[in-house]
Amino acid sequence: MADTVAGASPDLHASGEDPNRRDFIHIAAGVAALGAVGGLAWPFIDQMNPAGDTLALASIEFDLGKVVEGQQVVVKWRGKPLFVRYRTAKEIEAAIKDDHADLRDPATDESRHKPGKAQYLVLVGVCTHLGCVPTFQGGDYGGWLCPCHGSVYDTSGRIRKGPAPLNLAVPDYAFLSDSKIKVG
Amino acid sequence: MLRKGFAFAALGFVLIAGPVLAATTEEEPADIHWSFEGPFGKFDKEQVQRGYKVYREVCSACHAMEQMSFRNLGQKGGPFYDPKYPNPNNNPVVKSLAHDIQVKDIDTDTGDVISRPATPADKFPAPFANEYAARASNGGSLPPDLSVMAKAREGGPRYIYSLLSGFKTPPAGLTLPAGKYYDPYFPGDLSGSWHGAAKAVPEGGAIGMPPPLAPGKVTFDDGKPSTVKEEATDVAAFLMWAAEPKMEERKQFGFGAMIYLLIFSGLLYASYKRLWRNVEH
Amino acid sequence: MSGHSTYEPKSGFERWLDSRLPIIRFANDTIITFPTPKNLNYWWTFGGVLSLMLGIQIVTGIILAMHYVPNADLAFNSVEHIRRDVNYGWLVQFMHANGASMFFLAVYIHIFRNLYYGSYKAPREVLWILGCIIYLLMMATGFFGYVLPWGQMSFHGAVVITNLIGAIPVVGPSITTLLWGGFAVDNPTLNRFFSLHYLLPFMIAGVVGLHIWALHVPGNNNPTGVNVKSETDTVPFHPYYTVKDGFAISVFLIVYAAFVFYMPDALGDAANYIKANPLQTPQHIVPEWYLLPFYAILRAVPNKLMGVLGMFAAIGTLFVLPWLDTSKVRSMRYRPTARIYYFIFILACLVLGVCGAHAPDDLVIPHSGGVQFLDADLDSYVWLSRIGALYYFAYFWVITPLLGLTETPLPVPESISSPVLSHPASAPAGAVASPEKRG
Repeated sequence: MADTVAGASPDLHASGEDPNRRDFIHIAAGVAALGAVGGLAWPFIDQMNPAGDTLALASIEFDLGKVVEGQQVVVKWRGKPLFVRYRTAKEIEAAIKDDHADLRDPATDESRHKPGKAQYLVLVGVCTHLGCVPTFQGGDYGGWLCPCHGSVYDTSGRIRKGPAPLNLAVPDYAFLSDSKIKVG
Repeated sequence: MLRKGFAFAALGFVLIAGPVLAATTEEEPADIHWSFEGPFGKFDKEQVQRGYKVYREVCSACHAMEQMSFRNLGQKGGPFYDPKYPNPNNNPVVKSLAHDIQVKDIDTDTGDVISRPATPADKFPAPFANEYAARASNGGSLPPDLSVMAKAREGGPRYIYSLLSGFKTPPAGLTLPAGKYYDPYFPGDLSGSWHGAAKAVPEGGAIGMPPPLAPGKVTFDDGKPSTVKEEATDVAAFLMWAAEPKMEERKQFGFGAMIYLLIFSGLLYASYKRLWRNVEH
Repeated sequence: MSGHSTYEPKSGFERWLDSRLPIIRFANDTIITFPTPKNLNYWWTFGGVLSLMLGIQIVTGIILAMHYVPNADLAFNSVEHIRRDVNYGWLVQFMHANGASMFFLAVYIHIFRNLYYGSYKAPREVLWILGCIIYLLMMATGFFGYVLPWGQMSFHGAVVITNLIGAIPVVGPSITTLLWGGFAVDNPTLNRFFSLHYLLPFMIAGVVGLHIWALHVPGNNNPTGVNVKSETDTVPFHPYYTVKDGFAISVFLIVYAAFVFYMPDALGDAANYIKANPLQTPQHIVPEWYLLPFYAILRAVPNKLMGVLGMFAAIGTLFVLPWLDTSKVRSMRYRPTARIYYFIFILACLVLGVCGAHAPDDLVIPHSGGVQFLDADLDSYVWLSRIGALYYFAYFWVITPLLGLTETPLPVPESISSPVLSHPASAPAGAVASPEKRG
């Protein structure tokens, strides 16, 4: 730097050095700048993911004695409705009969309840189309009918008609005793 | 004001002297050190565990920690963190610690308020229903929430340690009202209760909390002798952790960021010098 | 924006766009080819630092607003929730809180650089006034933002500052009630402060746009204060100043990161970790460090109304500075006498800052004093702040106008290029672009 040329034009190519070496440092600096922005971008995006307290939302316990045969009870679980339905023998029979019908999302009725507890159906009450809450016993199959776009579910919560692609979801749950379940 | 003075120095300002608070006085906190100090400091997990026990068995009788949940004890950086259980809700130690404590809940059948064992997702229960109940049970004084206590007082954990271990019998000439105790580390103005020489008002204040710690008051699971010094050091460490559970994460992230910025600055400086070497300026 | 545009559209699309919305031409002329004096020193890099800080504050602020709850019962806990539970919430919150301090640190350096090199003088008066408006908006934003965590210092700071308005005769109390939305600082106040805190940064961004526009008409001042005479005096902004500013920004970020990661609470007050309690004032109430000098001026005057007026006059004075300065020479590099008064002025500002941090009755030199003068001890901070405030106003209203008329400046070089040759100190042109050493 001591031999500065008076009035030198700011010409990048004035020196006779290897241009690759010259470019390298600029490129490295540019890449480092991008890296810094990228490195900070992740925390700034990740902050939108569920926070610690949201992730820790408690699982809920539910006393099945509250459900009358042929009826369902809706409870709130992780911000969503949870259907707990006490099915009649007729409804169970109808569901098993359709196990091999032309189902959009094939599943046997057996796979949708706990072994030996066919009368209790526990489902996430969110239509798999666009998230509305289906109404109880609506539609042609005696299961649920989604009021938004007419998706019809059967007594096993399987999609039978309308735009929804999948069956109503079965959450993780377990029987704590004969009449008590724990969801989540 | 000490920390503020620090900051000014870092900014290149010169602060003449720490300001004297209006009329209150207190003794400088004891010069005691913890493993979490400094840019690489980490919490001593066993110490924080012992501190939790002190809080649970002594402090929690009067002091709430409303920002804390049991799950925090088992989260990354927490005293009971176990890499086998990345989700603290599944950590059996945390579960059993929570289960030991009863929390209030609503019976969804009857709407009645009931008690049930806590789960990791529950917050630490408050010892009193509300501020009035807390004051009524403590001779009019309100036991402050301890969630961020280690950041809410000048001196932080050092202040907590000094306060807890620094209770003294009032010197002759100091008459304190009933239910007040003398602690030279508690900021206060004792001139109203002082009958001695006007210039020699003792430092410190009258605190509504009786000396909470005593030798042997808490039995530590790891066999550490239960002295007042040990109890106070450990609970101060626990409160520091509770005040900023993400401190270790912050320092770790910071180390990476600093290294990156140093390299980045070096690259930019080289780039700058190279660009400008033919510009006479 | 100034002079002839050198942009030539390269592709068909660029030509098409250029005749419809010449946005690439605009960007090119503003940050690529913009001719910039080649002798700018590091003190000129703070414009870039400030742009970045504004960006960081807006981005982190928007993120915080996703999690923050502007409700008197929930605000404190929601900030703790951000620090504890939100993913990287601690990072964003500490960046925002310390970012405010860094923003002010940079703006103060920017302002003092301006004062030293006379950048506020013709033809840059409008540029300077826009800068003063930005500074005012920053102070308002900083104040509103400090209230939001709803700690003890937040709350009682808001009480003290809003009560200042009450000093205005006749309408003051009504305005204060209007501002509070009640009879004290409470939930409605917090809610509207949050709204304003979200709004003002975008107004700042708007004025910054005007500020840059006003900069690009006359172009940058430079350490000599001499106008650019020919193209040999300048270099294109990119890459010369983008890289140089980039380096300075990176160094600044190291300081910023040191606060964020290693002393995040150093610039805050412990009392703000206590939930706001309207029934109990903290023992020692102080504003954030960047407002301390004005706080000291406020308290230097024993009369409430006069104190408030004094504080606003201290800021208002800045707006008329271009017309108070009578000197024909811009840069203090050639004004040795003015330079001395300038450094005393910096000292006065620092002293005022220190006074603002202390209780007025505290003694500057402990265990001395005892000489009562008028209403206070001569050795107390209130008297020190009076001296500081007096110099603050005298500097602008007496010294600056008179000095321009009476002093004899050093010979000013013909052009930017010429002093470099004649100035012996610059021959080695070492690490620093500035040919001068300044504190």
